[in-house]
Amino acid sequence: MKTFCKYFASKMLRLSIIVAVVSVLSFVLVSFAPLDPITAYLGYDRLQISQEQEAQIISRWGLDKSPPERFLSWAGNILRGDFGKSVIFNEPVVDVIGKRFVASFWLMFFAWLFSGLLGFILGAVAGTFRNSLADRVIRFYAYTLASTPTFWVAMILLVFFAVKLGWFPVCCAGPLGVAPEDVSFADRLYHLALPVLTLSLVGIAQITLHTREKMIDFFQSNHATYALACGETRSSTAIFHGLRNILLPAITLQFASLGELFSGSVLAEVVFSYPGLGKATVDAGIRGDVPLLLGVVIFSTIFVVVGNLIADLLYTLVDPRVRTEEAI
Amino acid sequence: MTNTIVQQPKQVSLLQRKKAVLICLCCVFFFVALYIAGAMMGDTGLRTDFLHRNLPPSLDYPFGTDWLGRDLLTRTVKGLCISIQIGMLAAMCSAVLAGLLGVAAATFGGKVDTVITGMIDVVMSTPHLVMLILISFAMGGGVQGVVVAVALTHWTRLARILRAEVMQLKNADYLQLSTRLGKSKLWIARNHILPHLLPQFVIGLILLFPHAILHSAGLSFLGFGLTPHNPSIGILLSESMQQLSTGHWWLAVIPGVCLICMVKVFDILGNTLRYLSDPQTSQQ
Repeated sequence: MKTFCKYFASKMLRLSIIVAVVSVLSFVLVSFAPLDPITAYLGYDRLQISQEQEAQIISRWGLDKSPPERFLSWAGNILRGDFGKSVIFNEPVVDVIGKRFVASFWLMFFAWLFSGLLGFILGAVAGTFRNSLADRVIRFYAYTLASTPTFWVAMILLVFFAVKLGWFPVCCAGPLGVAPEDVSFADRLYHLALPVLTLSLVGIAQITLHTREKMIDFFQSNHATYALACGETRSSTAIFHGLRNILLPAITLQFASLGELFSGSVLAEVVFSYPGLGKATVDAGIRGDVPLLLGVVIFSTIFVVVGNLIADLLYTLVDPRVRTEEAI
Repeated sequence: MTNTIVQQPKQVSLLQRKKAVLICLCCVFFFVALYIAGAMMGDTGLRTDFLHRNLPPSLDYPFGTDWLGRDLLTRTVKGLCISIQIGMLAAMCSAVLAGLLGVAAATFGGKVDTVITGMIDVVMSTPHLVMLILISFAMGGGVQGVVVAVALTHWTRLARILRAEVMQLKNADYLQLSTRLGKSKLWIARNHILPHLLPQFVIGLILLFPHAILHSAGLSFLGFGLTPHNPSIGILLSESMQQLSTGHWWLAVIPGVCLICMVKVFDILGNTLRYLSDPQTSQQ
């Protein structure tokens, strides 16, 4: 247990270092942006304000200070949990991210679950019946999807299921004209269906190919040979002996691929105009909302690093072999 | 009898090698043809023609026309060419970065290695797309925004591969022997290390193209990156987004399928070259 605590502490240290480096880097990047914050904030109204008002804004925002000073005050605020105020939503960044993330969370959660299950099953089938027709079809599907842009899959699903067939809504997270608080649970799921389907279809490529490799490895092991020699069929060997061997790597891989899931959700949310964090990121980038953009970068980094951390911890907690290695 | 047994596997491998070389040639031919087609095609197809708006694919217009009457075939081919150019530029920048950092990490070791592997960790633990948006935002969008963003986010995997390769070479017996024989470091680098790294580098570069092209298309689609003055495939697709609800499916489907085909050809080319250059598989 002591070694585990030590291990956990070192991981947490690594996490905080990565987040710190990312925030410094993104602050430096943003300060290079050829964007005048005041013009971005006011737009054409800038022509109407006087010199004094402009000077007031500059000193209020600390734009007259040097970049290192600005960074220190920004970092100090962030450590206190104050990410500043989003310009386009006119709300504190923390509130915007919190609200938007709840919407994105359900999208990513379902996509994560379905792509994991589907990818695992397909990969296991492909690995069990190697070089069969099913294997070839699954492999072709996975390799093709790996080179397919997520936003294009989203568009095709939108054209087919929402526009042509009219089975699913074209956009948003609820019916038009209904306040977000009043949208019923069923309606929510109904509007989630297509974005989730997009991300699930695209997300299975990696997990399928990985599971397939692991299954092939399993069938080359001694205990698989023994089970086959005892007269078990390939499928029963795979189900009763193989699955528990390949389940853990699949779960950890699924946790470690949260970054791609997040990227995918950005694209899917833009196509379906789903009011999640991804859509907010793109809006922030296009309309020059620097506080929100920086907030999202830091938040998404934490999201991904925590995913990796869970993946590592799962390995050490569940797999006794790794734990002893760590202890040594 | 023994002769046939000895020869049989060899014949198979020769056939496979020939097949692999043929696949590579076909892929290269595909790109050359695409590029020449893009250069040869005049601008007639790009002119607006309101008599022939929104036509579905037909014999006259194999890919159909868009809402301004422009020929989608011309636009797609030209868009693919632009996407290839930007993808190549970005992938090359990224590969050079990966080469420098990967080799530096392995050769200098110690603190340099720690810093560079730390950088790899940092880049790998941010969602690619968010980082791409941030960087192209910081660069003010445009072509340079896309190229820099893709270059700065895609170097990690190749850098890791090259670092591992140099690490392994450093401890190889024949390199130690070469040093004892009094060869200079430069001579060893040129005659022993470079021939090992170059194929890895080239293949890594080719396998970077698909990612670079897809991500630059994604960035353009989201509205960062290129503008409609540079109609790459990403721009074509993002323009067709506005036409989706009108049921003009070909505007989205056809350029997308072409993009996937192109990316897949790059993938096949890279993987076949890897198969050919890897001594373990090429002698199978």
